Amino acid sequence: MLTYILKRILIMVPTLFVISVLVFTLIELPPGDYFESYMAELEAQGESVDREQIEYLKQEYGFDKSPVQRYVIWMGGLLQGDLGYSFEYQLPVNDVVGDRLFLTMLVAFVTIIVTWLIAFPIGIYSATHQYSWGDYGLTFLGLLGLATPNFLLALVLMYLANVWFGTAIGGLMDTKFINQPMSWDKFVSILEHLWIPVLVIGTSGTAGMIRTLRANLLDELQKQYVVTARAKGLHPLKSLVKYPLRMALNFFISDIGKLLPTIVSGAEVVAIVLSLQTTGPLLIRALQSQDMYLAGSFLMFLATLTVIGVLISDIALAFLDPRIRLSGGETK
Amino acid sequence: MTTNSVLPQPGAELPHYVNETPFDPKAIERLSPLQEKVYLASQWKLMWWKFCQHRLAVISGVFLALMYLSILISEVLAPYDYLSRHTDHLNAPPQAIHLFHEGRFIGPFVYGYDMHKNMDTLTREYTSNRTKVQPLRFFCTGESYEFWGFWRGNLHLFCPAENGQAFLLGTDRLGRDMLSRIIQGARISLSIGLIGISVSIVLGVVLGGIAGYFGGTADLIVQRMIEILQSLPSIPLWLTIAAILPVTWPPILVYVFITIILGLFEWTGLARAVRSKLLALREEDYVLAAQLMGARPSRIVGRHLVPGFTSHLIASATLAIPSMILGETALSFLGLGLRAPITSWGVLLTEAQNINIVALYPWLMLPVVPVILVVLAFNFLGDGLRDAADPYK
Repeated sequence: MLTYILKRILIMVPTLFVISVLVFTLIELPPGDYFESYMAELEAQGESVDREQIEYLKQEYGFDKSPVQRYVIWMGGLLQGDLGYSFEYQLPVNDVVGDRLFLTMLVAFVTIIVTWLIAFPIGIYSATHQYSWGDYGLTFLGLLGLATPNFLLALVLMYLANVWFGTAIGGLMDTKFINQPMSWDKFVSILEHLWIPVLVIGTSGTAGMIRTLRANLLDELQKQYVVTARAKGLHPLKSLVKYPLRMALNFFISDIGKLLPTIVSGAEVVAIVLSLQTTGPLLIRALQSQDMYLAGSFLMFLATLTVIGVLISDIALAFLDPRIRLSGGETK
Repeated sequence: MTTNSVLPQPGAELPHYVNETPFDPKAIERLSPLQEKVYLASQWKLMWWKFCQHRLAVISGVFLALMYLSILISEVLAPYDYLSRHTDHLNAPPQAIHLFHEGRFIGPFVYGYDMHKNMDTLTREYTSNRTKVQPLRFFCTGESYEFWGFWRGNLHLFCPAENGQAFLLGTDRLGRDMLSRIIQGARISLSIGLIGISVSIVLGVVLGGIAGYFGGTADLIVQRMIEILQSLPSIPLWLTIAAILPVTWPPILVYVFITIILGLFEWTGLARAVRSKLLALREEDYVLAAQLMGARPSRIVGRHLVPGFTSHLIASATLAIPSMILGETALSFLGLGLRAPITSWGVLLTEAQNINIVALYPWLMLPVVPVILVVLAFNFLGDGLRDAADPYK
């Protein structure tokens, strides 16, 4: 077991390295850099450009060096927990991202919980009542959530929430609470606003989860041990929950890692529509203005989080299921 | 011992018995004509029968076939040219089709609009005028268009009455007919799914094939590649790449590139499926036989192994198309995907970006209806295909 965990952690290192190179290349690819677009913008507005200051900044952040050198500098900073410097906000990336990252994680976490809470009972019901009207109806509902583009659902829900409940449009809390320390009122305000993004982001993941749980549970329910348990008079509920459900749950654990990128993806788009104070709008703005350290470090951070998520779910799975830690492709 | 026993007495001579009917050694195994049909049917025929049992999948399949056929003749199906502006009818709401006017049957017609500007709300208000009866014309000549951008034509399936309007789904802020734009947008939105999935199938089969057939190091590398791609959140990744595209590129090149991007990141699921199938199939005897006869790995995989699960591949590919169609809408919505003058459902939905639209001009959100329908249809079709993929189960 220990060797398995060690092996997995060792594999993580090259994975993260490749990801970092990939991210860096992607960020570097667009022609020009932040300063060029910044100068162009200033000149377009008819303002004078302090070329000396720009040149100084360029040197300061190593824009006169080769990409490889810059990668090394960036990576070295990352390893020490320094995410670099955001040109646009003129602040260290750590400060720009900090608060928003917490809110992003909050939205993602609540979304995962809500997705599970919805998908779990529906999946079990669908599997135990296969081909019933309830099965068809709930599956259809789940698919409908999958098929509706997130951003439009967000818009419509935001409109309805405003019309029905009078919730202020957009944002993750009332504007008066922004930049305020956490308080009970702020917490309530966040909760009032949180349900729209959570519902919207959750809808797209729920359908897939219902489908997988249903399929897995159906496979288990057809096995002989279930028949034996029923024949011996075990209570139907117990013969469902005790073994088949536990087996079907494997994928819930293996899904944690995969769920995170999906949810972050969904959250980005929704965050822009709802103007949430999460990282989504920040990232897109950074990508457009080539604020490379902000965009790059943030992408890297998300990817690292996912890789760690996959690692944790893999280890948990290996604990639960010995078949997984022993398998692996052999050389032919 | 009773006398009515059928058994002869012990030791008694057995009576001689001959059954006169001719002996048919296959009498028990004989199949009814129906059974025979099933037994002799080819694999694809069995799949077809099984697929037909899934009603919803068949309906979805027909629906999708019609949609894809429609993109061949979008210009003819649309009542207007999708780019022409009707400046008298900006943001006009949809006109309903009526059949009866004052109790008299007229056939499909619409009531014309009276427009006046409301100076309090600064909006245009349209009221249907009950005296303007404008019957629709069918197979008529209307606005001219460029068929696929090559030939000029003016034949339409239906068009508004002479000097009348028929905006069945309303118009947008430039007075362009929404129905025509949705019909035209289908061409881009639907083809993106097909081209993207072709890219991912090729990548998935090649890389999944290498990983599954060779195993070992190759498997490890491909697995890591998949893990890396899957650990990057897709939308930020698409955004990053889409942000690279030079603004000066012609829209059609952007379209091709976006399609390839969508394909490049969707292959991981297919590759995993191919890999796990191959890991099992490569142990089969016929693979060993092919190897002993000197077949190259590419031939073994392509000629002998992949055909064994083509049906599964098609099913998973069908299930992967919706995410591309949705991906296109999301990218375009964020302004990083396709741009006008290219018209796709995603581009149309960018018009509905504002909450005011939801309140004032909700018909601008209508392009979402075909998106939902197509995504649902692909899901049902994919479910049906997956169930049918293994008819011997």
